[in-house]
Amino acid sequence: MKRFIGFIKKEFYHIFRDRRSLFILFGMPIAQVLLFGFAITNEINNVDIAILDHSKDATTKEIINKIAASKYFSIKQFIDNEATIETAFKKGQIKAVLNFEKDFSKKLVIGKKATIQILTDATDPNTANTISNYSSSILKNYQQGINKNIELSYQIVPKTRLAYNPELKSVFMFVPGVMTVILMLVSAMMTSISITREKELGTMEILLVSPLKPFLVIIGKVVPYIFLSVINAVVIIVLSIFVFQMPVQGSMFLLGAESILFIINALSLGILISTIAATQQTAMMVSLMGLMLPVILLSGFIFPISSMPVVLQVISNIIPAKWFIIILKGIMLKGVGLAYLWKETLILLVMTSFFIGLSVKKYKIRLE
Amino acid sequence: MNIIRYIVQKEFRQIFRNKAMLPIIFVLPLVQLIILSNAATFEVKNIKFGYIDNDKTSFSRELIEKFDASTYFNVLTDFPSAKIASSAMLKGKVDVVLEIPKYFERNLVKDKKTDLSLTINAIDGATAGVENVYINQIVQQYNKKAQVELMMGGNPEFRPQSIETIPLFWYNETLNYKTFMVPGILVLLVTMITLFLSGMNVVREKEIGTLEQINVTPIKKHHFIIGKLFPFLILGIVLLTVGLIIAKLLFSIPIVGSIGLMYGYTVVYILVILGIGLFISNYTDTQQQAMFIAWFFMVIFILMSGLFTPIESMPEWAQVLTEFNPIKYFVQVMRMVMLKGAGLSDIYPQFLKTLAYALIMNGLAVMSYKKLT
Repeated sequence: MKRFIGFIKKEFYHIFRDRRSLFILFGMPIAQVLLFGFAITNEINNVDIAILDHSKDATTKEIINKIAASKYFSIKQFIDNEATIETAFKKGQIKAVLNFEKDFSKKLVIGKKATIQILTDATDPNTANTISNYSSSILKNYQQGINKNIELSYQIVPKTRLAYNPELKSVFMFVPGVMTVILMLVSAMMTSISITREKELGTMEILLVSPLKPFLVIIGKVVPYIFLSVINAVVIIVLSIFVFQMPVQGSMFLLGAESILFIINALSLGILISTIAATQQTAMMVSLMGLMLPVILLSGFIFPISSMPVVLQVISNIIPAKWFIIILKGIMLKGVGLAYLWKETLILLVMTSFFIGLSVKKYKIRLE
Repeated sequence: MNIIRYIVQKEFRQIFRNKAMLPIIFVLPLVQLIILSNAATFEVKNIKFGYIDNDKTSFSRELIEKFDASTYFNVLTDFPSAKIASSAMLKGKVDVVLEIPKYFERNLVKDKKTDLSLTINAIDGATAGVENVYINQIVQQYNKKAQVELMMGGNPEFRPQSIETIPLFWYNETLNYKTFMVPGILVLLVTMITLFLSGMNVVREKEIGTLEQINVTPIKKHHFIIGKLFPFLILGIVLLTVGLIIAKLLFSIPIVGSIGLMYGYTVVYILVILGIGLFISNYTDTQQQAMFIAWFFMVIFILMSGLFTPIESMPEWAQVLTEFNPIKYFVQVMRMVMLKGAGLSDIYPQFLKTLAYALIMNGLAVMSYKKLT
């Protein structure tokens, strides 16, 4: 035991001696959480659009004013012929054009029907679709206004309650995601590097001939990083509560315990990577290239998993981050406890023991 | 000139000798391109839908059938009570719950007005917004039908005025997300490979001690830097080419614009990334530090590139920050050239900014490399 404590001390010395890495380790997650929490949103606001008005009458003016007043659009230019649309789209200056037909007012009053084309640059399908929906609903509103005098009979009024996030804040969606990405990657990278580093520098040989048992060497490598990652997790949680007003509806204790479980999961994945990789370069490329995009894209952090093709929904089950995000949202926003989250927790536990088991099996106590 | 050739030769040999790295450089990115391009969709479908029918009349059943018929909703369960429904939502088994009140039919026929209550899981605000739009559309349709059936005609004088909207989606009529995502994800993969490899390169020689050996040779600073940059430039271009072939053959992404222009821009762009990589490499002592810094910038570049979330919606200061994000320009240019067929005159602002960026970063990289240890 004394030897083991000595070994852990050595690891801590290594970490604390490298001031620069330490600064990076703690500074970066804070900077990222702050930056992303404030900057990233998947709402669509202030889209630059242009107006092509063939009638220029009172009604179209009124409609244009309505559009200009909404927070979704900002009118960048007024154009007077169709030919300019193409160049404006190609240059990327605007995302959409509202095209009012000729004699708009007249058609609306006499013919009871007038048309507006909504031309969108659909190279970004999400924005295009949203623009089309938003502008349609603004126009529907306007239409309701002018039809006020005609009594509309038979109405079904849907009363919608937005559960867990009534103000539709995107922070609620992104903070759990960013926390997961940071904990996963930092933890996996740190351990995978620290073991391969010893291999590459040749000091692994010294560790292997020491009387310390191989699995103790590995545990000793992991313990300091658990400590560091927990500090990171605490800092992120504190930031999300105090800076971003994320609620913690559920038990704080459970949140802590689940975070530690996820950290250990990520660290053991790091160990597994290090048993396979011979050099630091390989270890880092595996943990960065192999983990970064799958964790961002397949975890439900940005893109809803239920909309993906079935094959990918199945694949997403092997991403630990997916389960941790469900747990985080459950505890922080829905306020549920283990009774609801036992399945996700169990999956993380099984994954962790699988990673550890596999790395113990793959761990070589001899050098080639 | 000969010196540069030898350095390039050495670098290539080192890349190809490391058998563990080859699949990571060439196979992993392409597998990710193929798989992950399918994951990145904001389309909302297969919405997990549940309902509580307190009325149980032909009217209420018809409304539920409307949801069932819609392709967006998967009608899952008929909940006997609101309490059970809310617990299912906590478990994540259902995302939208529709509660039809008692006397729904009677109120509609008699009072001409009735309520419906809906609960939407709004943790993902954007998805909740879209779900709300779909629900309203279905209710509106149902409403119209009920009106026609119950009113039986009406005075044509009082027909309401209607404004019809015709949405036209240019360049991507079917709103196919892959058209949007494949070029973007390809950009990310090329960037990641070139940044990580170049970021680790010089510092690796430092850590192993071979940099000292190079420093005592008559190799000049710029020889060394050019020799280090060149192999990764080739690597990035090879990766882009294979990626474009996959995009064209597997995803049938249209390539409307000039391929020459795309490659011209890509060369300049990769130089920016390599410059950043070498700069990081020169300023760090260990591969670990280099990797952490490269990772930090990579995550920021990815999430603030406008690829996954729109830049226009960010606060002003964040939009200013994205001006320094090379990935933003690359994503813009790839989409403009590939999908819209933009020419050099359309992309020159991006081109100039990238070129300036490349000159500055590589200048800094050459300056910060000292032949001393």
